[in-house]
Amino acid sequence: MGSLNIENVKKAFGPVEVLKGINLEVTDGEFVVFVGPSGCGKSTLLRVIAGLEDSTSGRVVIDGADVSATPPAKRGIAMVFQTYALYPHLTVKNNMGLGLKQAGTPAAEIDRRIGIASSMLSLEPYLSRRPAELSGGQRQRVAIGRAVVREPKLFLFDEPLSNLDAALRVNTRLEIAQLHRRLKATMIYVTHDQVEAMTLADKIVVLNAGKIEQIGGPMELYNSPANEFVAGFIGSPKMNFVDGARLGETAKTIGVRPEHLTVDAKSGAWKGTVVHAEHLGADTNLYLDCEKAGLITVRIFGVYNAETGATLYATPDPAKTYRFGADGKVLK
Amino acid sequence: MSTATSSLPRTIGAHAVLLTYTVIALFPVIIVIVNSFKSRAAIFGAPLAPPTPKTFDLIGYTTVIGQGDFIHYFQNSLVVTVASLFFVLLFGAMAAFALSEYRFRGNSLMGLYLALGIMIPIRLGTVAILQLMVASGLVNTLTALILVYTAQGLPLAVFILSEFMKQVSDDLKNAGRIDGLSEYTIFFRLVLPLVRPSMATVAVFTMIPIWNDLWFPLILAPSEETKTVTLGAQLFLGQFVTNWNAILAALSLAIMPVLILYVIFSRQLIRGITSGAVK
Repeated sequence: MGSLNIENVKKAFGPVEVLKGINLEVTDGEFVVFVGPSGCGKSTLLRVIAGLEDSTSGRVVIDGADVSATPPAKRGIAMVFQTYALYPHLTVKNNMGLGLKQAGTPAAEIDRRIGIASSMLSLEPYLSRRPAELSGGQRQRVAIGRAVVREPKLFLFDEPLSNLDAALRVNTRLEIAQLHRRLKATMIYVTHDQVEAMTLADKIVVLNAGKIEQIGGPMELYNSPANEFVAGFIGSPKMNFVDGARLGETAKTIGVRPEHLTVDAKSGAWKGTVVHAEHLGADTNLYLDCEKAGLITVRIFGVYNAETGATLYATPDPAKTYRFGADGKVLK
Repeated sequence: MSTATSSLPRTIGAHAVLLTYTVIALFPVIIVIVNSFKSRAAIFGAPLAPPTPKTFDLIGYTTVIGQGDFIHYFQNSLVVTVASLFFVLLFGAMAAFALSEYRFRGNSLMGLYLALGIMIPIRLGTVAILQLMVASGLVNTLTALILVYTAQGLPLAVFILSEFMKQVSDDLKNAGRIDGLSEYTIFFRLVLPLVRPSMATVAVFTMIPIWNDLWFPLILAPSEETKTVTLGAQLFLGQFVTNWNAILAALSLAIMPVLILYVIFSRQLIRGITSGAVK
């Protein structure tokens, strides 16, 4: 109860094509994250699934039923928004119950579901408050609770953590992960933050300029990216890309992640000078200006003392070096 | 505590300017109210003096109240103003919601067309309006006035409200749609309460010209049953003799209802401003 099929969905606003033919299959109980840079169409795709936006062509199928012409309220979905979108004039309890009330659910059943959801999200003390009397994290929990009480086939999250501060973001991320484990519901989550994508997803969909670049599990995307875009987007700090010709390689571009480079003071493949060092405690990011490779980032685990201007040699791990062709695709 | 922006001479200067303006703005109103409590001889003898026990006279008010129709004129003015205000706010807000919320062909053209009325005074169309009202048999009815004033107030209302409606969060409206609220419920229950401060602004701008208008009551509804207060006050303005006591008393009374409505709306204005500040 909660599969989703997207078949060749296209969306254009006037002459601007935002989605250029999206095909996607989501099985029951999966946690799927749409990730991509801003303007890549990930939010639009979510809104098409929700029915808040009509697709220009293509079909959206939820649980085997074509819902392309069904209004949002009848699709069996629930959505959590970035700006919480709580009804300012209603109490927490009524915020959560409104959708069910509109659908004609008996009051006792509404109360039962609100009880379950509010204990799950520890919202019981706030049930009679209005949104204005809650903090940002509490508001987002109410918004999640409002989605939970509907017992939807599909949960849709539209960048739900973007308005929270860093500490709350981690907590709420954890809560969403636990919620998914407990409800075993299908969830679709949009974010531009690859850390959220990596930590939450069963399956990540990387979007760019209205097209799907790659679909796969977090480790699959990290270990075997299909192309230069995915390789650069997943992983932080970003993968180093070096012009193949400068290294005397046949491939157009050579890619190596900062954590797959080792440095040595005496010898190595690429000689360079330290431009800047970032000390994060657990690891150290070095920016090296190399003669052959240009400006590269090296991530060293633990503390590493390097003076700005010092000469260092960086060596890539050959087993974890990626080669990209002229079309950006990875060469096997 | 003195900061760079609040030195003493500056404060005095600013207050002097503001107080001068306040005095100039309030002077005619005060004169009208003060003189309405004086005897006829005292009005002409010393127009600027406040009423003393000797010159105090309520003859103006007794004349106005005694003229039984005056209560009726008040009623007419109130009906016309409140009804027009209601329709302007209702239709203005609905049009503004449609313009700001829905994408349709000719949206911006429609917005321009609806706002065009701000630039063209409705009085230019008086002859055509009169012909229209005669043809539809609405002359000497309050309906005629309400229709004209609704038309007069709509352009500004649509213009201001559509700007404010654009600022209402899309997520909130979408959350309503997912919860199965109809577009009408979204409009009345979610959007309208959030734009209440701007509705109050529009209400104040719309209400005052309607209440004070003399032109359309004179042309469209001059009959005894449909006279408004401003038109009724003309009763005491004779060709040879003018009953100044009565006129001043009538005008003083006419200020009251607008003042009350203004206070009601301005409280909304202030509440809107402060509630916006703390989010």
